[in-house]
Amino acid sequence: MDTQKNEILKKMKSMGVFWALVVLFLVGCIASPQFLKAGNMINVARQISINGIIALAMTFVCLIGGVDLSVGSQVAVYAIIMATMMKNNISPFLAIPAAFATAMLIGFLNGLGVSKGKLAPFIMTLGSMTALRGLAKYISNGSPQSWRNTDINIKFIGQGYVGFIPFPVIIFIILFLAAFYTLKYTSFGRSVYSVGDNKEAARLNGINVPRTQLICFILTAFGSFVSALVLTSKLSSADPTAGDGYELTALSMCYIGGISTMGGVGSITGTLIGACLLTVLSNIMNLVGINSYMQNIVQGLIVIIAVLLGGLGGLKRKKKA
Amino acid sequence: MLRMNHISKEFPGVKALNDVSLTVENGDIMALVGENGAGKSTLMKILSGAYEMDEGELWIDDEKIENPTPAKMIEKGVAVIYQELMLLPHLSVAENIYNGRYPKNKYGKIDYKKMNADAKAVLDKLHLPVDPEEKVVNLSVARRQMVEIGKALSKDAKIIVLDEPTAVLADSELEGLFNLVRALSKEGISFVYISHRLKEVFELCNKVTILKDGCFVESGPVEDYDTDKLVARMVGRVMTDIYPEREHVIGETVLKVENLNREGVLHDISFELHRGEILGFAGLAGAGRTETLRAIIGADPYEKGEITYFGKKVKFGTIKEAVDAGIGMVPEERKLQGLHLKHNMIFNMTLPKLSKYSDKFGTISPKQEKKVADEYVDLLQIRPFNSEIITTNMSGGNQQKVVLAKWLASDCKVLFVDEPTRGVDVGAKREIYEILNSLLKEGLSILMVSSELPELIGTCDRICVMNSGRITGVLERGEFTEEKIMSYATMEV
Repeated sequence: MDTQKNEILKKMKSMGVFWALVVLFLVGCIASPQFLKAGNMINVARQISINGIIALAMTFVCLIGGVDLSVGSQVAVYAIIMATMMKNNISPFLAIPAAFATAMLIGFLNGLGVSKGKLAPFIMTLGSMTALRGLAKYISNGSPQSWRNTDINIKFIGQGYVGFIPFPVIIFIILFLAAFYTLKYTSFGRSVYSVGDNKEAARLNGINVPRTQLICFILTAFGSFVSALVLTSKLSSADPTAGDGYELTALSMCYIGGISTMGGVGSITGTLIGACLLTVLSNIMNLVGINSYMQNIVQGLIVIIAVLLGGLGGLKRKKKA
Repeated sequence: MLRMNHISKEFPGVKALNDVSLTVENGDIMALVGENGAGKSTLMKILSGAYEMDEGELWIDDEKIENPTPAKMIEKGVAVIYQELMLLPHLSVAENIYNGRYPKNKYGKIDYKKMNADAKAVLDKLHLPVDPEEKVVNLSVARRQMVEIGKALSKDAKIIVLDEPTAVLADSELEGLFNLVRALSKEGISFVYISHRLKEVFELCNKVTILKDGCFVESGPVEDYDTDKLVARMVGRVMTDIYPEREHVIGETVLKVENLNREGVLHDISFELHRGEILGFAGLAGAGRTETLRAIIGADPYEKGEITYFGKKVKFGTIKEAVDAGIGMVPEERKLQGLHLKHNMIFNMTLPKLSKYSDKFGTISPKQEKKVADEYVDLLQIRPFNSEIITTNMSGGNQQKVVLAKWLASDCKVLFVDEPTRGVDVGAKREIYEILNSLLKEGLSILMVSSELPELIGTCDRICVMNSGRITGVLERGEFTEEKIMSYATMEV
């Protein structure tokens, strides 16, 4: 009976963030007449997708008990590669695959350091975060890269619409569904949860732990690549400082959504809700004209409060058991 | 003097202690004996304040201790020294002895000079030639144990509990520990001594208290007992009951290991495992039993040796290959190695062979998974009867059943079980043996590592005894006795 009660408690806890989002939504409606307007909603959706794409991939790394701090720097590298090539009149059909190949290589190296090198993910990606930021600045000589050649038109990826839905939002939805399916219905998804819960038990169950870790870091590289593509095509240029702080935003979304920092527990739906919550919050604050410094304060506190509430739920459960 | 009167303690679903009493006079060395699950550890955890008792009284000297907590019991002079030592390996001996209560000067700086001198005095009292500034990691296990005793004494312990202190010691190291215990008991310090090695009980202790299935059996001076009488009291009728009968039908060879060698760990390990057989591996801790299993399934490397599995030469490079070939592993540390405690029974049971629940595109069917998991919950009588329970909330016996169900559901052919009933209560033990029997009936073969000799004797067809990485003897069913096994296990090699 007690365990059943725990289950219910746990469900309520995961629903807690969802209810917080609902409340926030209502607050938005009251606080600003602009909030519910179609234009604003579409804007919010587009915002969610840019950071959310990385958060989706980050969820996999978090679930195996890791973290990828390098995603922001990765975004800059891929964006700079694409923009620099296109500035030199190289076709996007070459520039985009080149950035993609770089992403696979970087993801592979991050994953290799963690899985074979046995480095803590924090340390491995702390190193690559710094190095890759340097790389982006080195390639671009520290200045933004943009192209004037009007033959090169990839604006659709970042700015296009399908009906009234922005194309990046379509990308985000597809990736979300793919991640949802992978985590819930494939053996790779199970490996991810299994490695995050108990590495040794996973090994004894015949799960290839290093391979699982490697793939997760390739996924964050892929997420960073897609994000870079959306960003670059939207602006027709890239800045070597692009993506600064994306890693923290993505991690915030995961943790708010209930992914355990220890790994093994959480769902991609949680990350989606976390992403919505953070983005809607910042949208509302923009609409009512809250000072951007104050916005940072609120965003930071929200992360702490969300995880604290989650942790308290856990504590209560423990006491009961 | 310690008196624990009419202590009862219930865990959800298990009556761990039922009206148990224990009296230890000053200077006594009291043996506390009983099978695993008899309630010894629970009783000691109540004494140390780690567990609350449901009923009963705890008296030290002539004071009744209300609401014992760990801090209060330390203050009253109770010290428990566990088998897994609680020392911090990278701190010095002195720092360990005074951990948490370092002497300080008036500015709050730790007074190392005083601490080392005090520690030296404690060590001298124990006649222990150890430098107080030596790091604990550099000491032998025996020395560490004595440092633990020193730490207890420095806190003015009057009652010291030794929980299986000798399980990790070599025979040559025993004498030092015993001499120390005897000397301290002469000074009026009381000991409660828990050990499975009955020989030591007779050698060291002056009194004995016997527990069985959480109940008090009897207590008396050690002279009133011999080994047979003690075992009879400890085991009672359960001995004949706990191991279910089965037919011993042995088939063809399924696994043949020849001259397996791993530098410094395994030497020329050779044996055959047959269909429908339980082959036991006996030996003391560190004899190389678990290491043998791990080498076979590819968890550890080996330099030399040949493994033939169902007639084919194999060398499993990773555990995955072994699992795919149909070898299941029920590991020693259920919680650390066997289960995904954050997940439910379904997740755990289906993990090794998810392809069984997937369609041709690799999409797992949760419905199919739940159906199979529910079948095993029903078949193995796993409680609670709800496959969606997170496994961390289950009892040890039921967790172990989940681990077994996992391999049943994964159609394995050979099962390696390491200490299958450790920390499992007596009732669940029998159920686990029954599960193993039904596996044998289905044509599986089982390799069982166990430190409980009665378990090996009660369940195995043959027993390989190991010592220092070698197989020192193989016993056939019919010639099993604890003495024979122990003599091979301690044989000079």
